[in-house]
Amino acid sequence: MTHLPTIVPVPVLQGLRPRCSEANCKVVSNTPVNGEYRLLVLEAPEAILDCQPGQFFQLLCPAPEGEHPFLRRPMSIYGYDKAAGRLEFLYKVTGAGTRGLATLAPGDGFNVLGPLGQGFSMQDDWQNLMLVARGVGLATLAPLARMAQEKGRKLTAICSARRPDLAMSVDLFESYGAEVIIVHDEDGSSAPEALRPLIEARIAETGVDAFYTCGSSRLLRLLQDIGARHGIPGEIAMEQQMACGLGMCQACVRNFRVGDRIIQRRVCREGPVFPISEAI
Amino acid sequence: MKDMHPVDLSARIGALTLKNPIMPASGTFSEDLADVFDLDVLGAHVLKTIMHGTRSGNPTPRVCDMQAGMMNAIGIPSKGIEYFRDQTLPYWADYRAPLVVSISAHSVDEFARLCGEVSLPGVTAIEANISCPNIEADGNAFAMRPDTTHEVVTRLRAETDLPLWAKLTPNTGEPVEVARAAEAAGADALIVANTLLGMSIDIATRRPRLGNVMGGMSGPAIKPIALRMTYQCARACDIPVIGCGGIATLDDVIEFLIAGASAVQVGTATFQSPTVMARLIAELADWMAAQGIGSLEEIIGTIEAPEAGTCI
Repeated sequence: MTHLPTIVPVPVLQGLRPRCSEANCKVVSNTPVNGEYRLLVLEAPEAILDCQPGQFFQLLCPAPEGEHPFLRRPMSIYGYDKAAGRLEFLYKVTGAGTRGLATLAPGDGFNVLGPLGQGFSMQDDWQNLMLVARGVGLATLAPLARMAQEKGRKLTAICSARRPDLAMSVDLFESYGAEVIIVHDEDGSSAPEALRPLIEARIAETGVDAFYTCGSSRLLRLLQDIGARHGIPGEIAMEQQMACGLGMCQACVRNFRVGDRIIQRRVCREGPVFPISEAI
Repeated sequence: MKDMHPVDLSARIGALTLKNPIMPASGTFSEDLADVFDLDVLGAHVLKTIMHGTRSGNPTPRVCDMQAGMMNAIGIPSKGIEYFRDQTLPYWADYRAPLVVSISAHSVDEFARLCGEVSLPGVTAIEANISCPNIEADGNAFAMRPDTTHEVVTRLRAETDLPLWAKLTPNTGEPVEVARAAEAAGADALIVANTLLGMSIDIATRRPRLGNVMGGMSGPAIKPIALRMTYQCARACDIPVIGCGGIATLDDVIEFLIAGASAVQVGTATFQSPTVMARLIAELADWMAAQGIGSLEEIIGTIEAPEAGTCI
């Protein structure tokens, strides 16, 4: 026990319980999952593990060779386990921040801020759930599977990818009792025109009470259309470039359609989870 | 040898006494930070600049990284004076720390009107953001020139009895003349300085990294510039200077105080570590105790420097 994870000390808290904290974690493992993704497992203090599916952390990424990521990088939670003191992120190496993440080795210290934002809801009358997501968006939705199982809901997970072997989180979804349907680009099953009959057949057979999605604007539009036709609500986790992650800087705004008005919301604060019907 | 002489962290900004010299820089602070620590530990609360009407701000992306800092072109999204009066001000009434309201406008008349309208009970001081480079074309702001600075600060002074702080820009070539103009027009303190106008291009797409094309640089990269201007303005003026620009560590705080700052604002560092201001306050107290320094007066402006030359 050479490096106990700690919360970064703040001198005066006067009995206030922070909603989120800056914490030093320890890297347990950081390994490739397939050709495109890596899984980062952290030993994390209990105080930051009261998470909701869909929430995110701001990661202080180490600098990779020749690059200088300065701002924290927002990353949705892939897994969290308060009892085990574990926090997990599934990421794709795409820029300076994630290239820095890829350099983390077991035993390294790693500073995170969170949990942040508003997570997914699962309303009482949402019994039959359908998750439709693509690529790394599936990582964001992964914690939903455990939540669905804990609440005794039925979950169908439609996992979209370029190739069948790149579909993320399939084993995880199945381990929490979800029915998994893999669709991919190679046989065209991931195209919206192929997905529409698949989803509508499921609505006709068993009913769908709510959709969840992340990671594809085409899937968003498809679910907005199907949801509007059948009166099915849903939620989407969205992304935007961020600086503070707390709501202070106003960098991460996006437009939303509310009634006949277009309004701005901060992805970090009012989101990252929003109603599918209002997303643009 | 502990706490034999209690350390007095209080900072005097004209007629105001702050309990410590650490406060947030406008635009990097809001009630959202109360999720992380007790905001009443701060010397003051400085709110994000408001304008009279509503504004949606700049297109995204609004921020990007750079080496040792960041750039932003947020564009001062504002919910306007009514929202400020009805929603923002009541929220801060629960805190004991002095409330500093930052204001800006496109014209002198609008600036003066807003200054009068925000001079409300619960507001301790007004920070006039006469330097935000994102508002006026090509970074031209009131604080670029002594004459426009003098004109706007004179009008603001006439509209309020509250302490009036003028936030200067590092984009001017005449920082001392601008500082003297603000002082002559009745400013009670100067914030030195704001972000430095910059730009970044993604070479793969050949597009600017900011939706607004240009933006304000902040963070450790601009600290030497802010420190130099703090030194220049503190020597040239009798009113207090509040240092601002890249301050992230205890050494940075002490450096600005030695250069002549009476207090400091911390901005971008909060984005890297939201608890940094609370830590800096504690570290400053510990350092002063260890050094046997009883008050900030023993640090402020104590630079051991020969008269600065005009050439470098």
